[in-house]
Amino acid sequence: MDGPPILSMKGISKEYFGNRVLKDVDLVVGPGEIHALVGENGAGKSTLMNILFGMPVIHTTGGFEGEVEIAGQAVKIMNPHEAMDHGIGMVHQEFMLIPDFTIAENIKVGREIGTPTVFSKILGPSMDILDREAMSRDAKKALSRIGMNIEDYVKVAGLPIGYKQFVEIAREIDKTGIKLLVFDEPTAVLAESEAERLLEIMKLIADQGIAIIFITHRLDEVMAIADSLTILRDGELVERSSTRDMTVVEIAAKMIGRKVERLVDLGDTCRVCDQENVALELNNFSVDMPGEQVKGMNASVYKGEIFGFGGLAGQGKIGIINGIMGLFPAEGDALVFGEKLRLERLGDALKHDVAFVSEDRRGVGLLLNESIERNIVFSAMQVHNQFLRRIGPMKMINRKKAKKHAIDMIKLLDIRCTGPQQKTGSLSGGNQQKVCLARALTLNPKILVVAEPTRGIDIGAKKLVLEHLVKMNVDEGMTIVIISSELVELRSICDRIAIVSEGKVEEILPPDASDAAFGLAMSGMSLAGVEGEVKDE
Amino acid sequence: MSNAKQTIQRIGWPRLIIALFFILLIVVSPFMGLKLSDVFSDVLRRWSMFGILILAMVPGVQSGIGLNFGVSLGIVAGLIGSTTAIELSFQHGSPRPWTDLGFALLIAIPIAALLGLVYGMLLNRVKGSEMTVSTYVGFSVIALSNIVWLLLPYKSGVLIWPIAGEGMRNTINLEESFGGLLSNPAVVEKMPTALRWLAFEVGGVVVPFGMILFFLFMCLAVWLFLRSKKGIAMSAAGENELFTRSNAIDVNQMRILGTVLSTVLGAIGIIMYAQVFGFLQLYNAPLMMGFQCVAAVLIGGATTRRASVTNVIVGALLFQGILTTSLPVIKRLMPSGSTLSEVVRIIISNGIILYALSKTKGGNQIEK
Repeated sequence: MDGPPILSMKGISKEYFGNRVLKDVDLVVGPGEIHALVGENGAGKSTLMNILFGMPVIHTTGGFEGEVEIAGQAVKIMNPHEAMDHGIGMVHQEFMLIPDFTIAENIKVGREIGTPTVFSKILGPSMDILDREAMSRDAKKALSRIGMNIEDYVKVAGLPIGYKQFVEIAREIDKTGIKLLVFDEPTAVLAESEAERLLEIMKLIADQGIAIIFITHRLDEVMAIADSLTILRDGELVERSSTRDMTVVEIAAKMIGRKVERLVDLGDTCRVCDQENVALELNNFSVDMPGEQVKGMNASVYKGEIFGFGGLAGQGKIGIINGIMGLFPAEGDALVFGEKLRLERLGDALKHDVAFVSEDRRGVGLLLNESIERNIVFSAMQVHNQFLRRIGPMKMINRKKAKKHAIDMIKLLDIRCTGPQQKTGSLSGGNQQKVCLARALTLNPKILVVAEPTRGIDIGAKKLVLEHLVKMNVDEGMTIVIISSELVELRSICDRIAIVSEGKVEEILPPDASDAAFGLAMSGMSLAGVEGEVKDE
Repeated sequence: MSNAKQTIQRIGWPRLIIALFFILLIVVSPFMGLKLSDVFSDVLRRWSMFGILILAMVPGVQSGIGLNFGVSLGIVAGLIGSTTAIELSFQHGSPRPWTDLGFALLIAIPIAALLGLVYGMLLNRVKGSEMTVSTYVGFSVIALSNIVWLLLPYKSGVLIWPIAGEGMRNTINLEESFGGLLSNPAVVEKMPTALRWLAFEVGGVVVPFGMILFFLFMCLAVWLFLRSKKGIAMSAAGENELFTRSNAIDVNQMRILGTVLSTVLGAIGIIMYAQVFGFLQLYNAPLMMGFQCVAAVLIGGATTRRASVTNVIVGALLFQGILTTSLPVIKRLMPSGSTLSEVVRIIISNGIILYALSKTKGGNQIEK
């Protein structure tokens, strides 16, 4: 590294509505350096990048504290366009390409080269005729810079995913004066061979003196190509170091390292779960849920345990339950107490006494325009014909029973509301979650699956929801499966935690396993594999 | 203060303004030389007569297909039922009003259910643009029915053109059939005393009691249905498809159910409408009827995603009330107002639809 760093962000802090998401974070990247930015979901990586790009979401929520310098000059980036002018580019995870345009057109979009005509002299340069030859020349140059050999007049629509990514990179490279490229989880959607090629291209770009910020959760990739790295955790800078000076195990441990407080006090007696009695078994189970693909998963949940599915967002843990409940097309076997679910039949899982609290509370979990009462009794009424009374041929809702039950549930779960008739749409997130939980509990399930039980709810409600889950487990022997992105939460109540990576269970860990073990499993590696040792049980 | 504000919010500004306008019209009508008793008679008559057609909107909206502009499908079924019933009586040889009404309903309902089923399947294929599609389904079915009216091999002199001897008339008089059975005092007078309550006059106001009762009975039936297991499932399908699916309910089936119910109610609605009106109107007469129903239920406070029986009762009263009272008043105020009535009706109904659609785009008022 010689000369001033290309990018230097110093003392960056950011608050969203009183919630500190970044605390005094530094990020320094030199020319030609590949710098990895790693951290769990919610560690503050995206917020940091949003600040760098001057995204509106930052400025409309009160801006940020700290200094940003580009090539030694202090800058104030107020919008993404200014970021572009300063030579900062981004390669997105979801490709921002226009399918019906050719590669050359996509590379030059917004920066077309025009030839003036009579009309454009009157109406302005937006009426210029495109100089396709010049555009094609530029596109070819950009493509060859990243070692791509493809005709520039092919439409983007039919290209393989890997190529789309390369076109996107070529577009960024083509921008004059590009100094810094941000890759946001670039290998997430790529096949292995494509990913390897991408890493090569990144090296090629770095060799041309362009700095790269590489956001990824795959620690092996970090080790393979990054020169240096910054680890964020809970919005704080944990480590800035050269990659050579750290082992992958150290990185993983630093990414996770947090105090875990057990909510379930089990004392000295370790809970022994009945390993003979399998409540939920998945064999080669796949779910086609966009963004949360499950690919041939195997897992067993024992009767009476609290089982956790953890892992990073988008790795498929959410897809598991959506597949089991029949909300997304699924393949393979899912067995509930030994009985095979007919996955193609909507609601077969419900009939097998599996209840589900969705991660998407407002989208799937609630009827927002209906009362708390109606929401709570809905599933039991539709699935088990409860809260009904017969009048002639019609099965009518039994309001009295429903109301009584709703009031009981409101008391039991401490739902803060004006009464059972309040519409769920006007409740706070935590109380909405409790209504969802109440609805699932009303089904009186044998297995309760809760996805993201504490997402977006305050600490008090969080604790109450988790404690209640434990109580259901201890008192009634209900098997509970928790799917959560918050590892702390899983480690505080689960008996076993399966870390899901790329649609498969990477590893099943006890809650007191080391931070490194969790961190590595999340990036698709096992501690045993890395250290070359046999993991002690 | 905040209490008054809340009340206004609950009633809704548009309803409040329209209700005030309605009251204003009633107040000024005596000064325009109209008899108040006539005004009230008209309002009652049109309210009960349109009620069931407007009620047909509720299952559609609740099941998630939106405002059913294609209620003309049900209307056509109702008209086929009515004309067939009249033809049957003609072949029987003597007029039999009650049997006609019964047969009209009996024949119309299965046809409507069948049409509704096919229509519901169609709407399941065009999710997201149901209202556009249903508008055109409504238009097309009227065009198609025009051919039916020409081709049905009916012989009754009441039905067919007297000179050509084939093809049905534009307007069919129901005097010999079920016209006014539940609403016209002149018709009811000829019935046995036990049935005289069906329609009577109080202080110059004609009360179509039988019709009102029937309308309210249908309202009650729909209200009860919406509180049944199936009805609740159907309403959930209309409100949140994913929620409903996650509770093992087939959303598409629920939408078909809503469409069938809406179409059947449309069929019953047009038969009752004709019964009060005294005439069957074929060919293009029902073309814009769907729009009136939509406008009325929207005035009543429904949105494209939620509609209740109360919305129907209030909406029918306000919409039909405004039309019936404003027209004579405007007629007095303006010279040569013969076509003005139609113009005002179109402005009001389309204006209201436009207003409501612009308000509820994307649905769901609570969630912003």
